[in-house]
Amino acid sequence: MPVKLIDLQHITKRYDDNTVLDDFSLYIRENEFVTLLGPSGCGKTTTLRIIGGFERPDSGTVLFQGKDITDLPPNKRELNTVFQKYALFPHMTIADNIAFGLRIHKKSNDYIKDKISYALKLVNLEGYENRMPDSLSGGQQQRIAIARAIVNEPKVLLLDEPLGALDLKLRQDMQYELIRLKNELGITFVYVTHDQEEALTMSDTIVVMNQGYIQQIGTPTDIYNEPQNAFVADFIVSGIMIRDKLVEILGARFDCVDTGFGENRPVDVVIRPEDIDLVKPEEGTIEGVVTDVIFKGVHYEMCVMSNGFEWIVHSTDCFPVDTHVGIHVDPFDIQIMHKPESEDEKAVAVDE
Amino acid sequence: MRKLWQSMNKKSSLLSGPYLIWSIGFIIIPLFIVLFEAFTGENGQFTLQYVADITWFVNLKSLGLSLVFSLISTAVCLLLAYPLAMILAEFGKGRSSITVLVFILPMWMNSLLRTIAWQNLLERHGVINGFLSALHLPSLYIINKPPAIVLGMVYDFLPFMVLPIYNAISRIDRDVINAARDLGANGIKTLFSVIWPMSLPGVISGITMVFVPSLTTFVISDILGGGKILLIGNIIEQMFTQDSDWHAGSGLSIVLMIFIVISMIIEEKYDAAPSTGTKKERRKK
Repeated sequence: MPVKLIDLQHITKRYDDNTVLDDFSLYIRENEFVTLLGPSGCGKTTTLRIIGGFERPDSGTVLFQGKDITDLPPNKRELNTVFQKYALFPHMTIADNIAFGLRIHKKSNDYIKDKISYALKLVNLEGYENRMPDSLSGGQQQRIAIARAIVNEPKVLLLDEPLGALDLKLRQDMQYELIRLKNELGITFVYVTHDQEEALTMSDTIVVMNQGYIQQIGTPTDIYNEPQNAFVADFIVSGIMIRDKLVEILGARFDCVDTGFGENRPVDVVIRPEDIDLVKPEEGTIEGVVTDVIFKGVHYEMCVMSNGFEWIVHSTDCFPVDTHVGIHVDPFDIQIMHKPESEDEKAVAVDE
Repeated sequence: MRKLWQSMNKKSSLLSGPYLIWSIGFIIIPLFIVLFEAFTGENGQFTLQYVADITWFVNLKSLGLSLVFSLISTAVCLLLAYPLAMILAEFGKGRSSITVLVFILPMWMNSLLRTIAWQNLLERHGVINGFLSALHLPSLYIINKPPAIVLGMVYDFLPFMVLPIYNAISRIDRDVINAARDLGANGIKTLFSVIWPMSLPGVISGITMVFVPSLTTFVISDILGGGKILLIGNIIEQMFTQDSDWHAGSGLSIVLMIFIVISMIIEEKYDAAPSTGTKKERRKK
């Protein structure tokens, strides 16, 4: 089993009365791509900043390769950070930005030159040495920020929503680029995001966080198939658990496979768009009307209005707008979750 | 085209009217009067004599003193203000700006009063010497000497150095500083390679705002110099008030103005320096 590279033990962090992390423990293995996923305010960025050394926990210990680094300043830690808003040095050229860490560590000029061209090649920005940061686009700046971090050959790369400011296309390109970098460099990645898809695409392990504690840890497949919280809110509908294996959604009763929720209990029901089958009206559990169709390449995305609720359906078969359809869901495709108990949690769920 | 110009003119002239009247009445016309007086003799003929008066030993000496004093006080202000501005920027994060207010408060007092207060403090039998003699310490005799004038300049103009630097430092993205630390820079290295160059615009305007009034002051040297040390400001003031010689006063004022313009051009150059290296590259974009 790979070694624990970073070990956070019982970390608590408060800002005034607000507890951001509450007895938080997590370890990260070598060469792992770990994503901290959760809504804003869940403590994921604070966790990253504690690992990076920019925040000091009120209590708890940070171990790095078994050594206590809780009180070590950032410049003494063997890890580098890619900041959310790039944080390039605006008064330095791209080359000087990338060379910053190397110069501090007194590397030779030849070595620095080689490293700069290697790093620029890695992020596909060859020939940008003498440009100033503000003459680059957001995506380019972000790639420079990554280049600046990786030339120091850190054991761990911390990334704080590095793709948040980019547009969709660029974000997807960068995701592939990050995966490629991870495979080429063999660096451990700790990645913070609130974007579920991003987390699922890139991670080896996803840590779902909420209100300063861990809700779920697992592989992307685990998290996707058995979500334990409302971060998949896009596909959530309220329902009532009538009894074991029977749930009522929008006035219609669906068979499901979940048990142990009690009788007549309000629950959240997750049904993924690709798991919904559109059938003839009389064959479905519930009826609806197609209101919108978008061709997405591999599949069609359709909106189906039914009893005032808008289902999102992914299917390779196209049903034109205004078609009356029936909705059918296989019992094992229905995922039942407990309703959030407090109002706070509900707010968080809506926020997502 | 003409129509557009007219309609634009109507709106903008209405808005800029008061400013226009102000600058014509109180800046441009007086400036022309000074220029006119400087280059005309008693009978209205053109002459360079009054401008050339600067080469008189007394005038040259006082101009030299002014330059030296204002350079020293600017340097002292910078040394005092920079750490202070850093502390303020650090304190100001998320907290009320009361700390800033405390340092700006003296600015609300009349500068003449502040200077007279220093006179009282520094006098031969003043407050400070009273303290020192009570403690059986040697007395401090700097009143009417250059150190008192520099002290007065530093005290009066320090806030003008602190504010722009404070603004510049607090505008620096916290994560840029964090990034420097993250890449291995210790505190000192971060200060000199990131914070200082990024705060240069504030430093430059601070220098201007201290250097120019220091160079032209006559009140501080009058009160704290006891009339024994004549700065160029005092000479000019005397020409206007005691000698009622507007021509001579204007002539020296023009020379002083040229010095100020030169210093500003030099500063402008330094201000632009950090990013000029790749202008060519930028144009490519």
